[in-house]
Amino acid sequence: MLVNQLSVFMENKEGRLEQVLETLAEGNININSLSLAEATDYGMLRMMVSDPEAGKKALKEKGFMARLTPVLAVDVADEVGQLQVVLTKIKQAGINIEYVYSMKAGGDDGATIIIRTSDLEKTQEVLKA
Amino acid sequence: MIWNEAKECMSRDQLQTLQSARLVKLVDRVYHNVEFYRRKMQELGIEPGDIKGIEDITKLPFTTKADLRDNYPFGLFAVPQSQIVRVHASSGTTGKATVVGYTRKDISVWAECVARAFAQAGLGRDDVIQIAYGYGLFTGGLGAHYGAENLGATVVPMSTGNTKKLVTMMKDFGATAIACTPSYLLHIAETLEAGDDIKDIKLKAAICGAEPWTEQMRKQIEEKLHINAFDIYGLSEIMGPGVACDCIYHKGLHVNEDHFFPEILNPDTLAPCAEDETGELAFTTLTKEGIPLLRYRTRDLTSISYAPCECGRTTARLSRFKGRSDDMLIIRGVNVFPSQVEAALLEMGETSPHYMMIVDRINNLDTLEVQVEVDEAFFFDRLSELDSLTKKIGHVLQQAIGLAVKVKLVEPNTIERSMGKAVHVIDKRKLV
Ligand SMILES: [Zn+2]
Repeated sequence: MLVNQLSVFMENKEGRLEQVLETLAEGNININSLSLAEATDYGMLRMMVSDPEAGKKALKEKGFMARLTPVLAVDVADEVGQLQVVLTKIKQAGINIEYVYSMKAGGDDGATIIIRTSDLEKTQEVLKA
Repeated sequence: MIWNEAKECMSRDQLQTLQSARLVKLVDRVYHNVEFYRRKMQELGIEPGDIKGIEDITKLPFTTKADLRDNYPFGLFAVPQSQIVRVHASSGTTGKATVVGYTRKDISVWAECVARAFAQAGLGRDDVIQIAYGYGLFTGGLGAHYGAENLGATVVPMSTGNTKKLVTMMKDFGATAIACTPSYLLHIAETLEAGDDIKDIKLKAAICGAEPWTEQMRKQIEEKLHINAFDIYGLSEIMGPGVACDCIYHKGLHVNEDHFFPEILNPDTLAPCAEDETGELAFTTLTKEGIPLLRYRTRDLTSISYAPCECGRTTARLSRFKGRSDDMLIIRGVNVFPSQVEAALLEMGETSPHYMMIVDRINNLDTLEVQVEVDEAFFFDRLSELDSLTKKIGHVLQQAIGLAVKVKLVEPNTIERSMGKAVHVIDKRKLV
């Protein structure tokens, strides 16, 4: 399923992450999952939130560089090796996987992972097949 | 030792007579050979005949760096190209560099002036001098080289870059002097310290220039290396290194006044400043043939003293430089204007136009970091794209200013907006 991810550019300096979380909490926006990728001077905070549009708006008002990025939310059975099956399918189709993080750790309804690839549409087709 | 006692120690009266005669001839030459000056003088309603002596210099037009750029490349040359034996060009400017040309006589005057500077530092034919300025379009390397050869010293043309080899040769050749930028010399000193090599060197003097430095830094160099360090000043528009140099008393830089006439001007009104009053330094090249300049505004802020020096020289002395009347930075010997960074960023168009330049000196080498705010339209979720944007900005800036730049992407609105004159530079080098 295509979903909107909230991406925030953050300089690597103390307190920035807390400020993002605070801003979202103030706007009553719930964070379902979060991943932080870091480069030397800056990082990219990627989040699945209850209301991405409202989250973006709240963050921009506070001066953050935020945008919505389409990503795929993929449900996988909560069994050993299932994530790998999905990733292998994508790779074999010649699609480049940019990043992956988990949204829901699993349990009875299975797990959900967030995937960003070089071609989201094609990825969807590959996974349906 | 005084290299040319007749010229460096003449009475102020004699000097004035010489300067007057040279100025009259100079004005006649530029009026007849340089369209730019003829037009400027006509606009001011003056003719060569109106300039009867050095006291008339204030009637003459000024020259700026922009005039050199506008007349790129050879527009201000006063002789046919067949008489130009060498050109140099200033580094670090986009497209149009400032180009200067030298006749055979200009080269020999230059070598004379630099020889005077080396002699002022107590050097002579028995010395082994390493020249560790860059050789090439930059005037530092070749300028110092010809001066040292003229002095009769044994010249080792090291250029810059290979500090290890420089240190080895300094020991093996028994080098007694070195000419380089002060920051590079500090770097060399640290390399020597690290290898416990200071006891094995014969160095006694260093002639440093091409970038601003403080009296503290000069003393630090002297203490580290157990040498005398001298400050040599020059700029390619006027000649290159050797326009002025300090003597063993370190009470200001003696100007080679028989060739370069200094004026100190109020930067706002351009009216002459009194002796010892700080203002902008301007030079008139009294003897230059290739590209003679009238009242060239250096933008360097200093003051001048005409009192005789303990060393016996009667030439005027410039005090330590106190900064600049424009926003030019000198980073690793390269002239950098914030406007160049701004223009390059705007032309590239993939960042916001808000930037901050942070100049620092780390391990005695100048560094330049440019912070750029991420622009909404060019903000990507992929780190790899941000990384390539960073690299691209770095490349564009290096092309524009001729220096390697560390680029740092910062969040929007983190660079301070100023209501008045925008602040684009933080210089942490603490030079003054
Ligand atoms: Zn002196």
